[in-house]
Amino acid sequence: MDKPILDIIEVAKIYGGNEILKSISLQVKEGDTVVLIGPSGTGKSTLLRCINLLTRIDRGRILLGDQEITAPAVNEDKVRQQIGMVFQDFLLFNHLTALDNVMIAPIRVKKMSKAAAREKALYELERVGLKDKAGNYPGQLSGGQKQRVAIARALAMDPRIMLFDEPTSALDPELIGEVLEVMRKLALEGMTMVCVTHEMGFAREVATNIVFMEKGLIVEQGSPDKMFNHPEFPRTREFLWKITELYGKHDQDKAAG
Amino acid sequence: MNEYLPFILGGIGVTLGVSLIALPMGFVLGLLLALVRIYGPRWARTIVGVYSTIMRGIPPIVLLFLLYFLMSGAINLSPFAAGSLALGIISSAYQLEILRGAFLSVSSGQMMAARAVGMTRIQAIRHILLPQALRIAIPPWSNEVANLIKDSSLVYALGVPEILRRAQTVSAATTEFFLAFGIAAMVYFLLVFFSNRMLDWVEQKTRIPAF
Amino acid sequence: MEWLTYLVTYRNEFLQGTILTLKLVGVGLLGGFGLGLIAALLRVYGGKVGRWIAIGYIELFRGTPLLVQLFLIYFGLPDMGITLERMTAAYIALTLNSGAYQAEYLRGAIQAIGSGQMMAARAVGMTRFQAIRHIILPQALRMVIPAWSNEPISLIKASAVAYLIAVPDLMNQAKIIAGKLYDPIGVYFAVAIIYLAIVFVVTWLLGLVERRVAIPGLELETQRTH
Repeated sequence: MDKPILDIIEVAKIYGGNEILKSISLQVKEGDTVVLIGPSGTGKSTLLRCINLLTRIDRGRILLGDQEITAPAVNEDKVRQQIGMVFQDFLLFNHLTALDNVMIAPIRVKKMSKAAAREKALYELERVGLKDKAGNYPGQLSGGQKQRVAIARALAMDPRIMLFDEPTSALDPELIGEVLEVMRKLALEGMTMVCVTHEMGFAREVATNIVFMEKGLIVEQGSPDKMFNHPEFPRTREFLWKITELYGKHDQDKAAG
Repeated sequence: MNEYLPFILGGIGVTLGVSLIALPMGFVLGLLLALVRIYGPRWARTIVGVYSTIMRGIPPIVLLFLLYFLMSGAINLSPFAAGSLALGIISSAYQLEILRGAFLSVSSGQMMAARAVGMTRIQAIRHILLPQALRIAIPPWSNEVANLIKDSSLVYALGVPEILRRAQTVSAATTEFFLAFGIAAMVYFLLVFFSNRMLDWVEQKTRIPAF
Repeated sequence: MEWLTYLVTYRNEFLQGTILTLKLVGVGLLGGFGLGLIAALLRVYGGKVGRWIAIGYIELFRGTPLLVQLFLIYFGLPDMGITLERMTAAYIALTLNSGAYQAEYLRGAIQAIGSGQMMAARAVGMTRFQAIRHIILPQALRMVIPAWSNEPISLIKASAVAYLIAVPDLMNQAKIIAGKLYDPIGVYFAVAIIYLAIVFVVTWLLGLVERRVAIPGLELETQRTH
């Protein structure tokens, strides 16, 4: 078995006496697309923030490749440069054009030359299908376009792994497809991805591994086939049934048809 | 009066001089203090908060005298220099509050997104938060510029030959008090008016499209 | 720590100065409120002529230093045959100055209430005047309070320039005592403490009033900073 690129070992996170994450262990292999599902408030987003060190964990360890990124002396900024993150509410830099949003981290963080960063940024914008919107400010983009720019911004740092925190939850239904399409393409190209999403069609089609979390614990994980068709636990079955009813009926039909 | 007009108008240079020393000084000091007030350790935040409350709770004319005598006790400064520096210190407290408000109105997600792409805290402040905060600060800041131009008349009390002091000299010489002070008022009015228009223009120019 | 002994030794002078400062502020606030209300109403409802008169007044007095206004009124008006006592001149200057600022606060509140309320009041048969009196103003006056509550503090601080026409206010007492003692730093420090105390007390009182009359969600942005 390959060595995992991301190894989460018994991680716990406590907020004001509340154990948001109790003891999470999860391995992600190179090229995997892991989809985290579960009721809201079960710590999926917290887990992503812990991986990106935006939140400090209280117990356990997280390894990125060979490096223990939760060790005390680790340079957090160096770690984050290797991990791309996409947020639910996009969080594009409001004062910068799409192109500058993608360029700024390579220039300021990687000290890339302006010309090289520009070339890189245009390439990444092309990857998400938005090269023609390079000069637009965030306010001049639709929600779907903003999220694709946010993906390009993360990709421009050549991350070893990409984290998606409910990337389509803030979008109007008709704009969800374009973002999922970009994510699907990335997964096919072999990008390692950890996604929190309610898009079951996407999970079914693209995930290598679906992880069901509840109340700060991983209840069950497995391939889409196992999770959708013969899950071990009644809770998993119940949740997947509900979520498919709520969000993904048409997606599921589409994936099936 | 015609022969005295150039003398009064010559005070514009002095008034602008005082303002152009005090304004950037208050800005730099105010910005540093605002950053400490928001991102500094708890004890430093408290100190800056107290500084701001005290400075904004005392009449500028009282502070002007206090700072003037404190400074001239320590170093040898002309009334012009001491007055300008004192107004800069006073303005720092007001600019601190303007900038603090502007920083706080940039959404907290911007900092998170900047950290997520690997920026340090300082890089995030410098490249992401500051450019947005400064834009937000322009309208209240333009108000502060107007206040500073008006407050620069206080150095009259230190004997600095700015517009008002010169108007007074002329009024005594010509006994045309209303005319002399009326001219001074019009000059201040125009200075404030043009500084407002200029900053409106800057705001238009730096506006983020569709934001 | 000489300033503490100054506060004790010259308590009578400081007390008299404080009373005079508070009188200046009180008159300026009240007079300024009346004038500001008229100017605000003229500016919103006064038609073309009324609007321009109001704008002219507001912009002139907000666009020039209070000290210049004070000199113009006290030293300048006698040229026009109007000679005023120094106290009267100070009262008038503070009233005119504060009125311009208060007009802007009130205008903001009146405009924030919007034309819908006026339309609704006219629709039930009120005259324009009745609508302003019974519908617009009761809302505007409550709405303006948070923004307006800066004005007393601003005026306390602004009033200190009145000493330059020899009004015997707190600042003037400080100047006299400082000259007597040859210790400007200690005396101005003492008087700064007194001003600070006045500002704190007034801020506290305003906070009490604000909490009692505030309507949640009805607030305006503040404008004046000095």
